Order: sequence, then structure tokens, then C-alpha cells
Amino acid sequence: MTISDIQRGRIAYRRGKAIRSVLLAAGSTAVVGVLLVFAVTGSPGWDRVKGSFFSWKIAKQSLPAVLDGLWLNIRMLVVCALLALALGLVIAVLRTLRGPVFFPVRAMATLYTYAFRGVPLIIVIYLFAFGIPGLRLQGTPNVYVLGGAALVVTYGAYLAEVFRAGIESVHPSQLAAARSLGLTYRQTMRHVVLPQAVRRVAPPLLNDTVALQKDVGLVSLAGPIDAVRAAQIATAENFNYTPYIVAAVLFVLLALPLIAVTDWATLRAARRQNAGS
Amino acid sequence: MATDGPTRSTLAGAGPRLAVMVSRNTLTALGSATLLLTVLAGCAPADDATPSAGGSASASAAACPPGGLATKTTGTLTIGTDNPAYEPWFSDNKPANGKGFESAVAYNVAERLGYPATNVKWVQVPFNNAIAPGPKAFDIDLNQYSITDERKQAVDFSSPYYLVRQTVISTKGSKIAGQTTIAGLKDAKLGAQVGTTSLQAINELIKPNNKAQVFNSNDDAKKALQNGTVDGLVVDLPTAFYMTAAELDNGVIVGQLPQVGVPEQFGIVLDKSSPLTGCVSKAVDQLRQDGTLAVLEKTWLAGTGGAPELTP
Repeated sequence: MTISDIQRGRIAYRRGKAIRSVLLAAGSTAVVGVLLVFAVTGSPGWDRVKGSFFSWKIAKQSLPAVLDGLWLNIRMLVVCALLALALGLVIAVLRTLRGPVFFPVRAMATLYTYAFRGVPLIIVIYLFAFGIPGLRLQGTPNVYVLGGAALVVTYGAYLAEVFRAGIESVHPSQLAAARSLGLTYRQTMRHVVLPQAVRRVAPPLLNDTVALQKDVGLVSLAGPIDAVRAAQIATAENFNYTPYIVAAVLFVLLALPLIAVTDWATLRAARRQNAGS
Repeated sequence: MATDGPTRSTLAGAGPRLAVMVSRNTLTALGSATLLLTVLAGCAPADDATPSAGGSASASAAACPPGGLATKTTGTLTIGTDNPAYEPWFSDNKPANGKGFESAVAYNVAERLGYPATNVKWVQVPFNNAIAPGPKAFDIDLNQYSITDERKQAVDFSSPYYLVRQTVISTKGSKIAGQTTIAGLKDAKLGAQVGTTSLQAINELIKPNNKAQVFNSNDDAKKALQNGTVDGLVVDLPTAFYMTAAELDNGVIVGQLPQVGVPEQFGIVLDKSSPLTGCVSKAVDQLRQDGTLAVLEKTWLAGTGGAPELTP
């Protein structure tokens, strides 16, 4: 099959357009970048800011402590994310149960999502990590577990609502079709509704996980030293803010893979949904 | 061909999006920079707070005739403190009994200045009034005043008569209550407030096997101690006395740690530009040099006060 001259012309025109827009984007980025560099480094206080926010010596000095703290963040993140996802899914399923018999279950699940989305996380952590040990019960878990539990119940509430949105986005005809094929309610949920629901809400779920990654550090309220706390201590020791920058860079590096996966999942979902049209 | 469209839109979009991100960060950075500069400016004079800055200049200039200083009442030294006067700085709320660390320091300073105990008069001055600008009802005032630059704007301070020590506190029945050595605290779970000399004391002096627990405030730390999630706290000595006496139901002082970091300093308060500042500073310096202050500290804070010194 040969390409007509007109088609060739079209291809050349589009290529030219593409090259032009790439060059334009590169040019404007360069201009903006140069302007920013001048605006920041040319400002009267830049030397002082550079010394107190970007001191290479202090960055190297504080890195081990901050990394040590970050290891706590990572462990907390993995455990809390998995538990919160599981809790969220269970609550969402409970909240979408049908039938008058299940009213109390629905009511409790609804109350839970309302309450824990409303209460600030910091207060939940205070209540769990400082309140529960105060009861002096035998076998009270340590503050890591209590702080983690606070994170799980708070994020579980958010994730439950995301899951519920997914479940309710599955068209009723799907349910009707499944039931008319003879599937029980449980089988319908398991094989028809949830697979579609979870796929649809994967991007917002991952998004919440990225948010959780930054919030796990709040367990440091109860005493443990996370990356931000380690940076705070190093900052107080040197009166230099560089350790915060170190922590920020580490957090960005930690978030990058998750953010990339989120973007990829979003793109893939969009492609799939538009595949038929 | 099919990728032509998306590629273009992505690239074209990248420029502005990047620009927005960068500029937003710059704004934040500039904002923090301004904040930082303000903080720096506010704290810059902190370097001046050296112990001898109290008024050594005027000390050399002015002579200090014993018992003949320009006091409020000639021949009498009027000393102020608040009511109630707390233990162990005073004793039985009676500053004039010479008992308690600050009462003892006050009488020693008076004696150096040539005023025997009979020529000392105590007046009651609320804590905040003594460091407010304006006329004073006292010649000198001792009430656990930390020397700060803000306060120096309003009043004079003598040389410091006490450098605040870090202290380990706990609750009755805890595994570290009754320990007498620093080594005995190695296995304890200790807490402190973030960014304090107390935290530094844990990490540099005690070096416990368990990582120090760090709290936003002493209130959080206190709660953790009550809950038993930590075995002990490190706080400064005045706080230790207050916490164990007034705030904790069964708090105990385990002991004082050696000096670490840049300690807070207690100074005697005098009226701004008081003619006595130099002489009082000189008297305090002499008391420090001849070891009197160390003895008083041992007697009234470590001994009677109940905050023994921990040995290595």
C-alpha cells in the first residue's frame, strides 16, 4: 500500500508542528528557569538562606539520623497501608449490604466513616497513644502499635468511602445479570462487583496511600523518632534548617515510585475505558 | 502517528506545569526565608548573653563601699521575691529564714556587699512585676529568673548564680526510681521534649540502649510517664521540682546529671541601670570563685531539695 502525496504532506506538516511545540516548550522552560535562578540567587538574603537551608556539611551530618527515622516511616507505611486497605474494603462492603436486617451494621459502618473522617488525625493519635495506655490494662500494646492503629482507623474511613464509590459505580444491570445467572449475593460481590469496583478506584486508592506515607510520621507525637522528628532534632542542634530539606528530599524519593504507579494506573484505566469507543 | 497527539500535549503541558510547581516552591522558600531571617534577627543578640556580661564594665567603674551602697534605704539591702516562695529555692515560704538555695545565696551576696543579715529586708514582689519596666520596690530580687535578652531590655541582671542542671525524674515504683548512677539508667526508656538540652543530656550523658522517646511538649512527656510508656523523663531541675511536687501524683526525682550543652542561667534582677548591678555581679562572681555557690547548691538542691547528683 503506497502513501499518497497528500498524506505525505500531512505527515510532514504534523511532524513540523510537533518539533515546533517541543522547541517552544524547551525554550519557555529555559527562560522561566533562568529567571527563577536569578530571582532566588540574586535576592539580598540568598547567602543566608543558602547557609541555613542548603548546607552540604549539615546535610551529610544529619543524613544518618534522618534515614534512621525514615526506616520507621517505611515500616509503618507498609503495615498501615495494607491494614487500612483491608479495613476500608470491609467497611465499604458492610455499608452496601442490602436488606432491613443489616440496618444496624450499615448504621455502624456509616457512623464510623463519618466520625473518623471528621476527627483530625492528630487527635486520634493522641487519644490512642496517650489515652489507651492510661487505662492501665494488662497487655496494652506499645505506642507504635497504638499509633499505627490510629492511622489505620482514620485512613480506613477514607478508603472505605473510596471503595464504596467504586462499588456504587458498578451499574445495577450488572448485579441484575449476575443474580439472574443464579449467583448468590456474596458470589455477585466477589466475582462481578468488587473486581470492577476496585479497578475503577485504584487511582484514588493509591493517591490516599501517598498521603498516608506522609502522615505515618505523626506517630512521633507519641515518642518514636520518625524522619521529620529526626530532622527537627538535628535542626534544633545546629540551628540550621538543612535537615528538613534532607527529609523532604527523602520523602519525595520515597513517594516517586508510588506516584508513578498511580499515574500509570490512571492512564491504563482511562485507556481501557475508552477502548471500546 | 497515533502517539503524535499525546506527545505534543504532554510536552506542551510540561512547560507551564513545571513553571507553576517551581514558582510555588519558590514562594514557599521565600516565605520560609523571611521567617528564618526574622528568627535570626530576633536571636542574633543571643551571643551577648555571656555570664560576665551582667555589668562587669560598671563594676570596675564604680566602687562598692561595704554597707554603703546606693540602696533604697541607706544601710539596708531590700531583697524581693514572690509569695509563695517555693521549695527548695526557699523554705517554709519564709525567705528571711536563710534556708533554701536562693535565700542562702541572697544572704551570702548581702554579706559580701557589707550587709549582715540584720540589715536585710525582704519584700514581696510578684514574679512578673519584678521584670516589668518601671520603678522597683527592691534593690535586688531572686526568684529563679532566667537571664534572657527580652528581660534585659527591661531590667538588669547580675552574673548568673546558678546554671540549670538536667534532672531525671520518674514515678514511685518505677524500675529507675532510687538509682544512684548514670550507668543504672542505661536500660531505661527515657523521654524528653524535642530540641531541648534535656534530650541532649539523654543522648550524650546517659546514652541509653533504648532510643530516647521525643515529645512535642513536657505535657505530652508527662502523660507518657504517667502511662508508663516511658520509665523516666529528663527535664531541667526547676521543672523537675515543680513536676514532682505539683503535677505528678507520685513523681520522684531520681537525680541530677552533670552539666551539658548551653545551660539556662539564673541571675539576680535589679532595676534597669541600677548603680548596684556591678557590685552585685562582683559579689556573685566572688561567691562562685571561692566555691560558696557550689556548696550552697549541694546543700540546698542536692541535699535538702532531694535531687541527688548521679554518679557515673
